[in-house]
Amino acid sequence: MNTQGNGTNGNGHVDQSVSAESEGGASLFHIAPPPGELTKKDFVSNQEVRWCPGCGDYAILNNVQKVMPDLGIPREKMVFVSGIGCSSRFPYYMNTYGFHGIHGRAPAIATGIKAANPDLSVWVITGDGDALSIGGNHFVHVLRRNLDINYILFNNRIYGLTKGQYSPTSVFGQRTKSTPMGVIDYPLNPLSLAIASEATFVARSIDIDVKHLGAMVEAAAKHKGVSFLEVYQNCNIFNDGAFDYFAERSVRPDKVLYLEHGKPMLFGKDRNKGIRMKGALPEVVTIGENDVTEADILVHDIYLEDPSVAFMLARMEQPEFPQPVGIFRSINRTSYDQLLVEQIDSAIAKSGPGSLDKLINTGDMWTVE
Amino acid sequence: MSAVLEPPVPAIDKNKEEVETVTIRFAGDSGDGMQLTGTQFTNTSAIVGNDISTLPDFPAEIRAPAGSLPGVSGFQLNFSSQDIRTPGDQPNVLVAMNPAALKVNLPDLEEGGTLIINSDEFTKENLERAAYKSNPLEDGSLAGYRVHTLPISTLNSNALKGTVELSRKEISRCKNFFALGVLYWLYDRPLDPTLNWINAKFRKNPELAKANEVVLKTGYNFAETTEVFTTAYTIKKAVIAPGRYRKITGNEATAIGFVTAAELAGRTLFYGSYPITPASDILHELARHKNFGVKTFQAEDEIAAVCAAIGASFAGHVGLTGTSGPGVALKQEAIGLAVMTELPLVIVNVQRGGPSTGLPTKTEQADLFQAVWGRNGECPALVVAPATPADCFNMAIESVRLAFKYMVPVFYLSDGYLANGAEPWAVPAIEKLPRIEVTFATNPTNFMPYARDEATLARPWALPGTPGLEHRIGGIEKQNITGNVNYDPENHQLMVKLRQEKVDRAVADVPPLEVFGEPKGKVLVLGWGSTYGSITSAVEKMQKEGKPVSSAHLRYLNPFPGNLGEVLRNFETVIVPEMNLGQLCTMIRAKYLVDAVAFSKVKGRPFQIREIIRKVEEYL
Repeated sequence: MNTQGNGTNGNGHVDQSVSAESEGGASLFHIAPPPGELTKKDFVSNQEVRWCPGCGDYAILNNVQKVMPDLGIPREKMVFVSGIGCSSRFPYYMNTYGFHGIHGRAPAIATGIKAANPDLSVWVITGDGDALSIGGNHFVHVLRRNLDINYILFNNRIYGLTKGQYSPTSVFGQRTKSTPMGVIDYPLNPLSLAIASEATFVARSIDIDVKHLGAMVEAAAKHKGVSFLEVYQNCNIFNDGAFDYFAERSVRPDKVLYLEHGKPMLFGKDRNKGIRMKGALPEVVTIGENDVTEADILVHDIYLEDPSVAFMLARMEQPEFPQPVGIFRSINRTSYDQLLVEQIDSAIAKSGPGSLDKLINTGDMWTVE
Repeated sequence: MSAVLEPPVPAIDKNKEEVETVTIRFAGDSGDGMQLTGTQFTNTSAIVGNDISTLPDFPAEIRAPAGSLPGVSGFQLNFSSQDIRTPGDQPNVLVAMNPAALKVNLPDLEEGGTLIINSDEFTKENLERAAYKSNPLEDGSLAGYRVHTLPISTLNSNALKGTVELSRKEISRCKNFFALGVLYWLYDRPLDPTLNWINAKFRKNPELAKANEVVLKTGYNFAETTEVFTTAYTIKKAVIAPGRYRKITGNEATAIGFVTAAELAGRTLFYGSYPITPASDILHELARHKNFGVKTFQAEDEIAAVCAAIGASFAGHVGLTGTSGPGVALKQEAIGLAVMTELPLVIVNVQRGGPSTGLPTKTEQADLFQAVWGRNGECPALVVAPATPADCFNMAIESVRLAFKYMVPVFYLSDGYLANGAEPWAVPAIEKLPRIEVTFATNPTNFMPYARDEATLARPWALPGTPGLEHRIGGIEKQNITGNVNYDPENHQLMVKLRQEKVDRAVADVPPLEVFGEPKGKVLVLGWGSTYGSITSAVEKMQKEGKPVSSAHLRYLNPFPGNLGEVLRNFETVIVPEMNLGQLCTMIRAKYLVDAVAFSKVKGRPFQIREIIRKVEEYL
């Protein structure tokens, strides 16, 4: 298991030790120059974008379109698949192949596409309702299947397209159209569920943190196996400012923890606060206080095979902890589509390519003269 | 040869009597190996040249408590020197391995039929488990039958005691082959086919091979020497067209039919499925054919199974999903997506008793409406239905051909009776099967994802990976030609009509309906699906008696054959036997305004020939 990486690790694993701090942060991905002459524009379809003005979806679309030329994948080999919901209109706006499916089922459609043609770069675009409510079963299974796809969940903690009902990620007590007295079921944490579902790449970003988001999209694209990326996305109509308490630019340095592989988990305007283990649990400490030094701070390792630390980080949230974003986990595991092809190859190697004549002339047979 | 195989007493003279057709039912505990016993008898009968047809009947429970009524498993076999099409109306012979098997199956045995009973199992305890108040072997309740009670368990263990090193349980499990040996003598069958099977099956376990061989032969010799049986029966070879034959079940024929279809199309087969009785064997069979490139995907649920098939179809594979009725109910929204995106898709429905969980292991035909009309909106799909187990092969190929040509979902309606029933299949010459034509869009100049083929109205199939044809499809209404999202009222009406028109135009590929018998007359018996055998046998019998009855069988249910209306109008009465409450009957009444008569049977069991004869006679 490679824990630090430059370029690729021993197993051909693309290094995802992203150094992407907040906007204006120093280094981003160092990647090969874009192949061919594709530009962002080539990925913009001729369809009029129909999201509400001010929607966080625009920022995500913009970022994805911006990252696409850098991936070195021809446009015709990209397929965007979605379910139902505001975010699921995404494929119409990408000038690639696209499949706008039915509610919750994008991962299943994507499974068929990727299994049929593993050469394709397949992207699932979904929302909190689509992925975690009606499509909850497919969410779990596409992740554990480790299909080599990229799965972006736009989490706005509300149902937008149906106009303002609570979602599986709405906060407890939230008043919405369908919960005038407040939500009485407890929200789901998408990252916890993704990690529990054996996802091999798990990351999180924020719609308005443009550079970080771009880096996360790119890292997801480069991971071999399933890549799960949650994006906090503002619905300015039905849940406006849902993430302001940590994501708003002025409070972000103190309330968001940017996870970086190989680096200590430091945050704060002065980068003097950090995460330390106290027994089995994390705590927030300040460097310089109570003899705390940087050496006490937990160092992030995205390549840990054991999911416990990633899970612990996924459970940290405001106000007790800073809200972590970045790559939580990135491990190597052979993808489903690759294993599928390998089984076919080995069956052919063992029994030769299928012969219809042999197929029908086996079993309990006899001849009538 | 072991000493126990020698007849204990010199063979006595026995009669041989020739009979035409025999129906045997093997019944025992679900752990007694009745399916295997029946299968062996069937294979041997086919090899000696009889025509055969079988009907396994097993419980939904895998191992209900031993000796209990729900745990009874049965296998019915019809074999004959004549051309037969059904597993037989009523067994002539019932082999009952315990009291529960007797209790469950006795009502089906013909009057005066033959009973072969394992008397060892008629203990107080087993009688109680089968809810017998008194022992039927002693209380005279079997007086109307020819009863042969044999201590099969004892004879079996005596034959093996000291001969093989096996546990008592293993020895006990051989007793079905003792019974098989008895039946082989009784119906003059050779032992070789089963002996060969035993040696191949237990190659790695010589003790088990020996045990099964010994009891099979002992059973045979016992029947020959015991005075219990005075007559053995012979059944001549049937007059069957020369050629190579294979015993095949509907599920096997379905699976290899789809593998063949994919090969004929030069495409890869993708099968998305979630295990469900009675369709799972198709998944098992297809999973064995990876060297054809077949991709089987056991999905997390029925919806994922069909959605993955749709995704695979979008990417250029033969998108196939298979299930039974409850699974289709779950898949319907996704099938609507395939209708909307105008992608080829085949949905196999091996129908079973419904609604809800219903009768998982029993047969029914009550999903016709679900196939034709079961989705939201105006959502037409093609529907085909194989008529016999072997016909499953043909209709599998046909459904892929139609799906590709018209870019539509096609329902393939099999049922539990076809799925598990077996018959001889004259294997076709592969080189004579017509190729399935497929063309993919490749030219980016003026490419429009919803442009239309003039003849079929099909839209082009443009695979992801093709440069210059990047386009988006989905479940929202699309503008004709461009494929853009469109909510215009005129366009919607146009698209609704176009989707219907595609299905209607498929009639060009539906062969005209053939009438069995006179094309005009008093009564037409119209069927579809697995009722073919019973209907045709019944009508044939009545025609031989000079009665003005004809029959016709629909293998295409949407669209109907172009001449169906004309065929119907040539008869005074149209009777439609169906294992539902009259679904096809309702459809033809609505479409052709004929006063057709529904003949319904919804018991989880196929029609008997005589039931159909009785019904038809009411209208003569």
